[in-house]
Amino acid sequence: MSQSFDEISAQLKRRHRKSARLKWLSMGALGLAGLFLVIFFADMLGKGLPAFQQAQIRVEVTYSEQSQQLPLAAVNEDVRELVSRGWLRTLPMMMRDNPELLGSTRQEWVLADGQVDQYLKGHYTRLNDRQQAAVDALVEEGRAELKFNTTFFTRGDSKMPELAGIMSAAMGTVMTLLVTLAVSFPIGVMTAVYLEEFAPDNRLTQIIEININNLAAIPSILFGLLGLAIFISFFGVPRSSPLVGGLTLALMTLPVIIISTRTALRSVPDSIRHAAFGVGCSRWQVVRDHVLPLALPGIMTGSIIGLAQAMGETAPLIIVGMVAFIPDISASVTDAATVLPAQIFTWAGEPDRAFVEKTAGGILVLLSVLIAMNATAVVLRKKFERRW
Amino acid sequence: MNRILKTTAIAAAVMGVVGVAQAREQIRIVGSSTVYPFASYVAEEFGATTDYPTPVIESTGSGGGLRLFCNGAGDDTPDITNASRRMKPSEFERCAENGVTDITEAFIGYDGIAFAQSNANEQMSVTREQIFLALAAQVPVDGELVDNPYTRWSEIDPSLPDREIAVYGPPTTSGTRDAFEELVMEAVSEDMEAYGGEGYTNIRADGAYIDAGENDNLIVQRLSENTEAFGIFGYSFLEENEDTLVGSSIDGVEPTPEAIGSGEYPVSRSMYFYLKNQHGDDVPAMYEYANLFMSEQMVGDLGYLKGIGLIPAPEDLREEARNAVASKEQLELSDLQ
Repeated sequence: MSQSFDEISAQLKRRHRKSARLKWLSMGALGLAGLFLVIFFADMLGKGLPAFQQAQIRVEVTYSEQSQQLPLAAVNEDVRELVSRGWLRTLPMMMRDNPELLGSTRQEWVLADGQVDQYLKGHYTRLNDRQQAAVDALVEEGRAELKFNTTFFTRGDSKMPELAGIMSAAMGTVMTLLVTLAVSFPIGVMTAVYLEEFAPDNRLTQIIEININNLAAIPSILFGLLGLAIFISFFGVPRSSPLVGGLTLALMTLPVIIISTRTALRSVPDSIRHAAFGVGCSRWQVVRDHVLPLALPGIMTGSIIGLAQAMGETAPLIIVGMVAFIPDISASVTDAATVLPAQIFTWAGEPDRAFVEKTAGGILVLLSVLIAMNATAVVLRKKFERRW
Repeated sequence: MNRILKTTAIAAAVMGVVGVAQAREQIRIVGSSTVYPFASYVAEEFGATTDYPTPVIESTGSGGGLRLFCNGAGDDTPDITNASRRMKPSEFERCAENGVTDITEAFIGYDGIAFAQSNANEQMSVTREQIFLALAAQVPVDGELVDNPYTRWSEIDPSLPDREIAVYGPPTTSGTRDAFEELVMEAVSEDMEAYGGEGYTNIRADGAYIDAGENDNLIVQRLSENTEAFGIFGYSFLEENEDTLVGSSIDGVEPTPEAIGSGEYPVSRSMYFYLKNQHGDDVPAMYEYANLFMSEQMVGDLGYLKGIGLIPAPEDLREEARNAVASKEQLELSDLQ
C-alpha cells in the first residue's frame, strides 16, 4: 500500500497536533497543581503571618504586698482589662521567687489581652466601644504596639491565645523523632543489609519481602492501634509520652527505610563486591567497608524522607494519647507531650477566633521544617551521589 | 556482629526505661470534647499558679472517657473523666465490676446547643417539633409513619420561610449529637401517638442532615458559605461568632446565657466531671484541681469560665456541688437512676 506525499504530510501534521495537544495538557496539569500550591501558601501566609506579631502594652507595675495577694492590683485601673490575665496570674509566684521586687514600681512592656491583640490587627474583637477607645488612646501615647511575638516560640499551649505557643509541641516532635530514628534506623538498615547481602533467595525471604512492601502501604492509624496494644498495654510505656509515640512511628517508618536502603544497596555495582571478594575480604568486610559507605547517601535520603513523613503524622498518635493539651514543655521522653501536627489540629478546634492565626502560624512552622528536611535530603543526594 | 549487638542493646535500654513506675504528681484527665475547653482552662490555671505540673487532658468524648475511667483502679487509668451528660447506670456498674467503687460526681454548669444560621438571613423562630419534622428519618403523615417527605421548611409550616432544609450537625460519636437526640428528637416523639409513646431518634440520611464532623468550627465556616443552611453546635461557638451567625429561638426562647442557665431554653445540658477517689492518696493534686474548678472564680457568675462560654448554674446548686466535691461525697447507683 503506497501513500502519496500529501497523505503523509497530512498525517504528520495530525501527529504534530496531537503531540502539541498532549504538551499543552500536561503543562495545564502542572499549572493547576502549581496554582493550588500558590493559593494554599498565600492563604496560609495571609492568615499565619499576623501570628508572629503580638500586642504589648507599657504599664506601671506595682510590686506591693497587695498585688501579691491580688495580682489585679499590680496595674492601674485604666489598663486592668487590657493586659493579659495569663501574665497577671504569674505575678505572685514571680514575687515569691524574686523577693527584691517587693516595694518597687517599674515601667514594663507586658502582654496585652488576646482581644486587644485582635483589635490592633484589625480582626473581629469582643472589646466594647469604651475599651476600643481606651486601646486607641494607648496607641496614640505610644504605650501599645505590635511587637515580634517571642511567646509563640518559647511557650507551650494555652487557652489564652496571647500565651499560646508551639514550643512544647516542637520539643515533643524533636523527642518523638529522636526515638523514632534511634529505633527504626539501625533496625531498618540491618534488616535491609541482611535481606540484600546475606539472605538466600527462597520462599521465606520472598514472603518477608512482600510483607514489608505491604506494611509500607498500611493506613497509619493501624500502627497506632498496634502501638496501643503492644507498647502501652503490654510493655506499660507511659501513655501520651514521646517514647510511645516514637516507637509507634518507628514501626511505621521501618518499611520505608528498609525499602530505600535495599534500593540503595542494589545500586552499588557488583564489580565492587567482586573486587573486594577477590582480594580476600569476608562477606561482612565487603558490606561494612565497601557496600555500605557507597550506599550511605541513598540510605540517608530514604531515612530523612521517612522521618519527614512520620513528622506530619497525627492519626496513630491520637490512639496513643499524644493529641492532648500540653502547656508545660516536657523534659524527658516519658513525660506527656504533643507534636506539631497535633497542636495544629487542637488549635483548629478552638472556639476563640484568635486561634485561626495560631493555626496558620503553626502550619507555616511545620511546613518550613518539612521543607528544610526535604531540602537536606536533596542536598545529600546531590553531594554524595555517584554515577557508575 | 557488633552493630547488631549494639542495636539489641539500644532496644533493650529503650524498653528498660519503660518499666519504672512512680508515684504521680501529674493528674491524668480524659473525657468529653464539650467540657474539654473548660477543663483545659482550669488545668492551665492550676499549672501556672501552683507548683504541680499541668494536668494532662485528652479529649476522648464522654463515652470514651468513661470507658477508660472505668477500666480499673490501677495507676495507669485516668484520675478524672469529664462528661457532657450524667454517667449512665450501666457505666456505673461497669466501673464497680472493675473495682472503681469510690467515685465523686462534680456538677460544673450548663452548655446550650445552638440551632443557628448565617446572619445574612432573618432570624427564624422554630419549635422543637418543627426541627423534629425536618430531621427525623420517618415522620407521621395522616397517622401513618412514612419516609420524611419534607424538602422545604415552608412545607412543614407555612409560617416558616420557603427555604431548602439543610442542616449541618455533629456525627454520632459526639456528645452534642447525643444531647440533641435526647432533648429534641426523643422529647418530641414521646408525645406523638404515631411512635407509640417511645422515643424516636433516627435522623434522616437522605442529604438534608449533613454530618459535618466533630469540629464545630467547620460547621460555623460552612454556614457562612451556605447561607441557606442551619447548623447544630455548642453555644460557645455561637457566642464567639455573633458577628456572622444568628441563633434561632426555640419554642419561643432566645439562646441567651440567662435562658440556658435557668433551664428555660429547652436544648441545654449539664456538664460533669468524675473523680476516682481511690487515686486520692497517690495523686493528692487531683483534689486541689477539683476544688479550683468548683471555686466561684471559675464556675461562678463572674467566673473566668463564663468568659469562654460556660453557663453558670444557679447559686444554690453551685454551693451544693462545691460541698459534694469538698467532702468527696461517694456516688451511689441510686443517684443515677
